[in-house]
Amino acid sequence: MPALLELKNITKRFPGVVANDGVSLEVYPGEVLALLGENGAGKSTLISILYGLYRPDEGEIWMEGRPVRIASPMDALRLGIGLVPQHPTLVGRHTVAENLALGIGSPLWPAQRIVPLVERIAQGYGLQIDPRAPVFQLSPGEKQRVEIVRALLRGAKVLILDEPTSVLTPQEAEALFRVMRELRAAGKSLIFISHKLEEVLSIADRCTVLRRGRVVGSLQREEASKPRLAELMVGRSVSFERKRQSASLGEVVLEVDGLRARSHRNLPALQGVSFRLHRGEILGLAGVAGNGQSELVEVLAGLRSIEAGSVRLLGQPLPPQPARLFDMGVAHIPEDRIQMGTVPSMNVAENLALRTFDRPPWARGGLLNPRAFEEEARRQVQAYAIATPSLRTPSRLLSGGNIQKVILARELAGQPQLILAVHPTYGLDIGATEQVHRVLLEKTQQGAAVLLISEDLEELLSLSDRIGVLYRGALQGPFAVEEVSREAIGLWMTGGAA
Amino acid sequence: MDDRGCSVRLEPLANASPGRVLGVTLAALGLAFVLVGAVFVAYGQNPLEVYRIMLTGTLLDAKGWQEILRRSIPLLLIGVGLTLAFRTQFYNIGAEGQLLLGAVLAAGVALFVPLPAPLSLPAMALAGALGGALWCGLAAWLRLRFSVNEILSTLMLNYVAQSLVIFLINGPWRGKDVRGYIYSDRFAEYQQIPVWAGSSVHWPTLLLGVLLALVLQFVLFRTTLGFRMRIVGENPGAARYLGIAQGRVLLLLALITGGMAGLAGVGEIAGIHHRLIEPSQLSSGYGFTAIIVAWLARGHPALVLLTAPLMGLVLAGGDLLKVSLNMPFRIVDIFSGVILFCLIGSELFLRYRVRWGR
Repeated sequence: MPALLELKNITKRFPGVVANDGVSLEVYPGEVLALLGENGAGKSTLISILYGLYRPDEGEIWMEGRPVRIASPMDALRLGIGLVPQHPTLVGRHTVAENLALGIGSPLWPAQRIVPLVERIAQGYGLQIDPRAPVFQLSPGEKQRVEIVRALLRGAKVLILDEPTSVLTPQEAEALFRVMRELRAAGKSLIFISHKLEEVLSIADRCTVLRRGRVVGSLQREEASKPRLAELMVGRSVSFERKRQSASLGEVVLEVDGLRARSHRNLPALQGVSFRLHRGEILGLAGVAGNGQSELVEVLAGLRSIEAGSVRLLGQPLPPQPARLFDMGVAHIPEDRIQMGTVPSMNVAENLALRTFDRPPWARGGLLNPRAFEEEARRQVQAYAIATPSLRTPSRLLSGGNIQKVILARELAGQPQLILAVHPTYGLDIGATEQVHRVLLEKTQQGAAVLLISEDLEELLSLSDRIGVLYRGALQGPFAVEEVSREAIGLWMTGGAA
Repeated sequence: MDDRGCSVRLEPLANASPGRVLGVTLAALGLAFVLVGAVFVAYGQNPLEVYRIMLTGTLLDAKGWQEILRRSIPLLLIGVGLTLAFRTQFYNIGAEGQLLLGAVLAAGVALFVPLPAPLSLPAMALAGALGGALWCGLAAWLRLRFSVNEILSTLMLNYVAQSLVIFLINGPWRGKDVRGYIYSDRFAEYQQIPVWAGSSVHWPTLLLGVLLALVLQFVLFRTTLGFRMRIVGENPGAARYLGIAQGRVLLLLALITGGMAGLAGVGEIAGIHHRLIEPSQLSSGYGFTAIIVAWLARGHPALVLLTAPLMGLVLAGGDLLKVSLNMPFRIVDIFSGVILFCLIGSELFLRYRVRWGR
């Protein structure tokens, strides 16, 4: 069978880096091709080239046996290449039908007239969507289905799914895979981008692995295995063992009793949460985003007031001041490392000193000492292997992994008693993820207690001693990690009883 | 909808080098001069001749230099304060009103508070700074307490300040010997800021402006207070995360920027006019022109030492055009407007690299 889409020797250079270096790959009708690679391996560049956002410096793209030029997303769509973006690009206040009619609807009553078409496509592939629902009411999974329908409406033969499962619960991801199988059965080609090896193994027909801009391997499903793929991605073998033996529990560091708090929209966000966290323990909290995780962390970090209940840190009531909490040994690795954890326009040395800039040796008598900034920063950069061109480089120029290392280095510099780690490895590649995990484990051995909030079940299961699940502000558990199954966690995450 | 022809694409630029910033800024200024040149053509003048008059009449002439300096003094004081305010994302566009309030309080002290002569000028300066600071502080307080957008509140307070000045010089503060005019009595000799002989360059104010530019540059980059200001300005989310009292930093900043504008008002009335006069004559829009001065300095108070004289040159040159070519003085506003327009437009080239496709 001839290939539907062929990339021949695609090379794309950016100043100082070759993002794609002679990449060739074929996509056949009716198959799922998984595109794997760490951050910076060149996946995004390749997708951008396919979707007409970048043009390759060298190489050719062939579609249905003919060379084509893709100069814009419009060209891509005309050729039958559709993109389901990682983060939906929909108008929240409009209905699904209105969104879908944008740009392709008939001039009169576009939204009404597109509805039958949408319903036919949706039914054909088992995509459950309500065309009349306003988009802001949809779950992430539903929004993604709308994006898929949009691509299909425009006649896509090749669908690129860019990290589609990063926002989904395990159950929603399963539903997505069912849709993908339907699409494959109908002869569509799917390019599936993911970090998560289990998913790739469960859905892909072939896996192509990129590393440093080059294709380092292309495996049929039968040849592929987790260790094999990981080794190709990282360039060395990776351990998938459970990373820790549960420690014997030390004294209680954090006591949370009947905690209630409201969200920034003043809605009840935490509804009587209680747990204990011990020295040397990692407590994992699972849950779909928006079920109270952010509010819980904000309360513990002194950023949100307590409505009812109590929180005690080492027996003392929690002072609601972030700076004092840091001095008491609370380290906070925030969810949003750009908007919260760093000042992107400030340089690496300054970002490493955000917590301590007003005390010696960084400052004396209100005057900063630039040399102390540099000396302290040089030590930290070495200790955490932060890859940065210089200490004076603005932190926004660093990769996600290195920005996270800056935050870790800063937050864990003292001897933290309690570490609030929120999605600490989100978007990081395997190498950086391993380093973050190692640092967290080291700190627990030195006596820190860790509250780990993550959407990555693998991560929670491999690091935590106990796991709890937050659903609509209520906590299930925590349970010893040996006593829970993935399925039970998935059910609790969606409010089902186990 | 075929875009196969010539296409322009924008690629995000990670970090604009200082050279690129300078080049883009100069190009924007150059474009502004070309565009304003077109206005001169429409007015029936040869733009090259107009620019020649502007330059020779200012840069190659002693009187011209004095004029540039006189114009630069308020721009320097206000510009330094605004640089700090913009850096901290407090968009104060009410410097004009803050200048007027500074003038009002200084005039109040001069006219109605009996003080020993040596104390008089310092007291006027203090009162003026306080007036500007409080006027701006009001807007900051409204933002912190009621989330009132400071762009609107500071802008509106300009008109209140103008009306206040007009009310005062028409009513309670109207001079005894002014006949048909509306202004206050003249200040005593010792209430006037000394000037360079034969000019109206009130050098103590100039010196103060230069000093404050350097001091605030130091504060911003070498003190813990400045570090806090930069965190609040460059990432409010991080400031919250770190537990920095943003309200206090913002209020302090508003007081500084307003106080600087107030000082500019003191300089104008005590250095040049020697009485409280009509708002339009008192300031001629320094509070707005200084926005360009601050924008050009791109967050560095010390750079205002360069950008304030540049706009001083434009203002002084505009005066010349009025006298020698009989053009309306408002040509200066067109100048300022086009320069600001080009500068803001040029930001695009600092954030993106433009590629021309086939």
